Amino acid sequence: MRRLERSRFGAASASAALAALALACGEAALPPTPAGIEPKLMADALHAVMESDRIVYTKKVVNRLQNDLGVIRASEHWEDDQALPLPAQMFRMGSEIAAEKDLGFTYALLSLWPVNKQNAPRTDAEKTGLQFVIDNPGENYYVDEELGGEKYFTAIYPDVAVAPACVSCHNDHPDSPRHDFELQDVMGGVVVRIRAGI
Amino acid sequence: MRWAAALGTLALALYLGAAFAGKRDRALFMPGATSAGHHQIELACESCHARFGGGAALQEACVRCHGEQLAAVHDSHPRTKFTDPRNAERVALLDARLCATCHVEHQPERMRAAGLTLPADYCFRCHEKVGEDRPTHAGVAFDRCASAGCHNFHDNQALYEDFLFAHRAEPPHRPDGRLIARAWAPIPEKRLAADAHDAPAHASDAKAIADWAASAHAGAGVNCSGCHGEDAGWQETPALTACDECHAREAERFRSGKHGMRIAAGLSPMRPALARLPMKSEALERTLDCAACHAAHAVDTRSAAVEACLGCHDDAHSLAYQASPHAALWRSELRGKTPPGSGVSCASCHLPRRGHPGKTVAADHDQNGNLRPNEKMVRSVCLACHGLGFTLDALADAALVRRNFDRAPLHTVDSIAWAEERKQADRASARREP
Repeated sequence: MRRLERSRFGAASASAALAALALACGEAALPPTPAGIEPKLMADALHAVMESDRIVYTKKVVNRLQNDLGVIRASEHWEDDQALPLPAQMFRMGSEIAAEKDLGFTYALLSLWPVNKQNAPRTDAEKTGLQFVIDNPGENYYVDEELGGEKYFTAIYPDVAVAPACVSCHNDHPDSPRHDFELQDVMGGVVVRIRAGI
Repeated sequence: MRWAAALGTLALALYLGAAFAGKRDRALFMPGATSAGHHQIELACESCHARFGGGAALQEACVRCHGEQLAAVHDSHPRTKFTDPRNAERVALLDARLCATCHVEHQPERMRAAGLTLPADYCFRCHEKVGEDRPTHAGVAFDRCASAGCHNFHDNQALYEDFLFAHRAEPPHRPDGRLIARAWAPIPEKRLAADAHDAPAHASDAKAIADWAASAHAGAGVNCSGCHGEDAGWQETPALTACDECHAREAERFRSGKHGMRIAAGLSPMRPALARLPMKSEALERTLDCAACHAAHAVDTRSAAVEACLGCHDDAHSLAYQASPHAALWRSELRGKTPPGSGVSCASCHLPRRGHPGKTVAADHDQNGNLRPNEKMVRSVCLACHGLGFTLDALADAALVRRNFDRAPLHTVDSIAWAEERKQADRASARREP
């Protein structure tokens, strides 16, 4: 993976500023700090949090309460139905709130078999990456992308059916183009994009 | 000669500068008539334009006034959809990150009936292949998505496919249809008698005191000074801020609608004379504050729900109200012949009661928040008494809206039939699969 020249977190410049301030105040210089965070490390870390929260919500909330105990169901129309949001909706809502902060990264859940056709791969990286994570179990796909005149580090992680609720919901959904998913299948991918130079 | 030109230029610059700073002659700078939604505040240029900041500042201004409402209706196309880099190519064609891409101001020749500009092909840019998944949509004209009563760009709460299907078999009129009742936490009864009023002698008016003594204000122990102020601070006509103290949400919503938006923009209160809609000549110089609709001392919400509106509004829809079936139901309810919630006043639709059963339910005082596109009324009002199909047909029948719903709709919206057709196709397909 090529390391993007300007992809460094603001932490580095903040540390430099602190060091300069410390010198100006006559104190000893701070120890040297790492020159930012590798975009791959940042993407992997972001995805680790996303994936963990997603698994917890899917298994411990939706699958337990809906499929195992039958006390409340999860519904695409969760507000009207007074139900739980679907795991994919929970994920998407979080991604929209994160996007509002405009911190230089975005993430999305895409699939070659999307329920919502707007979530089909659109860029070359998405098309290649979603196929790659299906063809190479356990591997992620990393690439540099240029979109709208901006450069991005793009990482695509396999999205695996971790609970029966994933499989049954997608297989039964009328808008799903595929109805034969099984547990542990790669159903799609999480696409994390980090803008160069943030 | 050169000196004369320089002096002339300087004089012009000074005049224009003074005109802008003084706000009175700012119309000189108007590049074109503003939209129906903004014309009241068009001379408060700062409401939308910042001295610095360009498009971003303009966008902030849009969100400042309209953001809450968009969030409340679960905007189907929030800005974050388009800030995602994967949509960069689409944004290059139609920059939906910015409200002003579609809703352009100062261009009256492009205004639509709804009071804003809108490109004809905005759906097509991203959804041109919808016919591949939905055969019902194949071959539908690119400008028909939103004009046929089927979709909106922002608010689709009453239009999504499963909702249409769930409400497919409803009758035009629900026999037990009732609007939601007002509800709030009980206010301890502290009723004040007429002789307990604390108005100073010079301001004591027998009719006003009698009206007050019978009102909810006296019932809650709010004396004259509660609104007018005490002693030297007595205000003959209390400002909106006096109402604000106890009715904060109502005042806030009033200021966000066309009745109160001038106050919110720091301008003088709205007067019907400033309106673009037809208004009654005798009402032109009235000032719109709380007391304009709510008689100041009687605070009668029933007259505020009809008579107050018809005292000013003089358009075809308003003039047709009294002869409408809705008005007949309202009069019947007022006479006690039919149950509470069975009548339909102007406020029933335009200032709908919002809230949840068992929680606070109160009138939304932003009468524009429920107005356009008129499908906004479907869930907040119409479905309480009507079936969805009848409702969509009625709202799409522009002549019927003008006539204030005095006959059955002549327009038919296809959306429910299409949703049914699709469900049947899905079921047939599921039966075929092993």
